[in-house]
Amino acid sequence: MARISLKDVRKSYGTAHVIKGVDIEIEDGEFCVFVGPSGCGKSTLLRMIAGLEDITAGSLSIGGREVNDLPPAERGVAMVFQSYAIFPHMTVRENVAFGLTIAGASKAEKEAKVAEAARILQMEHLLDRRPSQLSGGQRQRVAIGRAIVRKPKVFLFDEPLSNLDAALRMDMRMEIGKLHQQLGATMIYVTHDQVEAMTLADKIVVLKDGQVMQIGSPMDLYHNPANLFVAGFLGAPSMNFLKVTVQGVNGPTALVANTALDRVEVPTGGRHFAVGDTALLGLRPQYLGVSEGPGRLHGQVALTERLGAETVVEVTLKDASPLIAALSYDAVLPLGAPVALDFDPTRAHLFPAP
Amino acid sequence: MASKFTVSNRTGWLMAGPAILLIAGFVILPFFLAIGLSFSNQRLVSPNPTEFVGLSNYRQLLDLATLRLEPLRDEAGQVVMADGGPQYPAVRSLTRNNPDRPDLAGMREWFSFSTGGESRTVVLARDVVFMKAIVNTFIFVIVVAPVQAGLALCLALLINQRLRGINIFRAIYFMPVVVSIVVVSLLWRLIYDGQSGLLNNLLDAISFGMIPPVNWLGNPSTALGAIMAMSIWQAVGFHMVIWLSGLQTISPTLYEAAAIEGASKWQVFRYVTWPGLRNTAVLVLIVITMQAFGLFAQIDVMTNGGPLDSTQTIVFQAIERGYGKQDISGGSAISVILFVIVLSISLTQRWLTREKP
Repeated sequence: MARISLKDVRKSYGTAHVIKGVDIEIEDGEFCVFVGPSGCGKSTLLRMIAGLEDITAGSLSIGGREVNDLPPAERGVAMVFQSYAIFPHMTVRENVAFGLTIAGASKAEKEAKVAEAARILQMEHLLDRRPSQLSGGQRQRVAIGRAIVRKPKVFLFDEPLSNLDAALRMDMRMEIGKLHQQLGATMIYVTHDQVEAMTLADKIVVLKDGQVMQIGSPMDLYHNPANLFVAGFLGAPSMNFLKVTVQGVNGPTALVANTALDRVEVPTGGRHFAVGDTALLGLRPQYLGVSEGPGRLHGQVALTERLGAETVVEVTLKDASPLIAALSYDAVLPLGAPVALDFDPTRAHLFPAP
Repeated sequence: MASKFTVSNRTGWLMAGPAILLIAGFVILPFFLAIGLSFSNQRLVSPNPTEFVGLSNYRQLLDLATLRLEPLRDEAGQVVMADGGPQYPAVRSLTRNNPDRPDLAGMREWFSFSTGGESRTVVLARDVVFMKAIVNTFIFVIVVAPVQAGLALCLALLINQRLRGINIFRAIYFMPVVVSIVVVSLLWRLIYDGQSGLLNNLLDAISFGMIPPVNWLGNPSTALGAIMAMSIWQAVGFHMVIWLSGLQTISPTLYEAAAIEGASKWQVFRYVTWPGLRNTAVLVLIVITMQAFGLFAQIDVMTNGGPLDSTQTIVFQAIERGYGKQDISGGSAISVILFVIVLSISLTQRWLTREKP
């Protein structure tokens, strides 16, 4: 059982507070992704769970046992590093078997476990090579092999794919997903790439400046972002925010408008607004469409990027603010042409203006 | 494409000129001059013309021979005993004016050993002092290279931590390196002084007078050891810095990975640190070996090769002969011999520590 629980965990370097009181519960077997912009403290938090950084205050427990003061090896965790951290002077076989060598395992046991890990990661043919003879993706496989061979309860991944090229990153991402299903272990994965977060996670923790912004399933975060930061961070292209004036509040919905937007009734998501407030209306580019009729938003085409299956259009609205729309077809829109856009008001988000 | 060398670049050559001239004048020219002179009978100052003498200088230095001695017997055929052992004829009587072995003329006994039965085998050398110098130099290298390298590594491991004031320790360990070896030698001559030296006083104090004063530099059995200890102390800081730079090239994530796998301190050293220091180790060993073969200043200041030639070294001999005895061709021959020794040892070390495929 490897339930991980962080209670008011803090980290300070002198007067610099890096992690400012974090509460996270990760269930046994869950794939949890820490995501956030660089410098948000996600890697530090992971290293605190691993035991590579001290915990200044708060409590960290793994499998119901507080591990704050335990050395890394006694926490039952394995870690995969961004730089792979495989030992350059050892063969792949020796690298994968490293944890077993340290623990003094017998040769036969090592052979069997390395063979199993190699089979799972499809790298039997690499076992006798040295790291210098491997590509980036293969090195990462070796690092994962070294992690899985000890059968730890918890896997920690620190941006494991950010040194790989785009195509390889997608392959490895899928493999890590499969690996999680195969092993059923608890995994914590740190990334700044929201695509990795969305595709891999059972639970996403969005961090900013050492604080948790929101915790939830990927779709929960995507459809119901708790705040402006989460709304803008998840989704690509990122959400449009239009400055609007609240003209009426009606229970769970509010009437908003601005010079480029006709009056529309949108859900407030439980947030409080008063008539006359300035608010930000969040519209995902994917939920905007070119309107045949009068439309709700009016502007001119400023730029189109045709990607084949998708067309990303930048529109300059009447009030001069930019808006991105991602149309799910190959649209031909001449530059400067007037365009009317429409959207489903129930999929809009309203946030208080900061 | 034309090589950069062939492209006329006046400014470039002008800039490099002084360095090229100095290197040519003080490194390259003397190197070839030494090789050339070693085959001649050139003296430092001499009215006689220089003659080519072939390998005679080398023969003079390296010529060895063995001589089998049978014990002296009296008229009855009994072995003459003296001091509890059989008595042997004087080596001198067999090397001088010996019509059977004219090649032994001028050779002296280096050492002898018993070869079963009553006979003894004597190893003769044409230049016993040079032989002693070779042996002393090798002993010096064999002791100093591993001890200094090991000690320097220990110090480097100690100072490779984040501690308050660690730079003070780094500076302290490095200090002897920046002090001139001549000054260090003079100071240590005082430390090793046979009467009131610091070392004798210290030993006297901590042993409550049980250890009698030792004339460290005046005793053939302690002189070379004393010079070794002082030489190790003097240069250990330099090699510590080289090890330290090697230690700092090892990625910290490797240590973190080892920590997560549960490696003990020794295992971390065995599996992470030491393999990561491979190239540094080759460098440190070669540098120490070459420096140790060049042992001169300590000898010149502290013992002058004595007592009883117990601290003669190859370089000391080269200089003693070339300038002291003004036999520049003999000194050159010694330099060339040293060059060949150091070169072959360096190549062997490189080969032994090569990256195995």
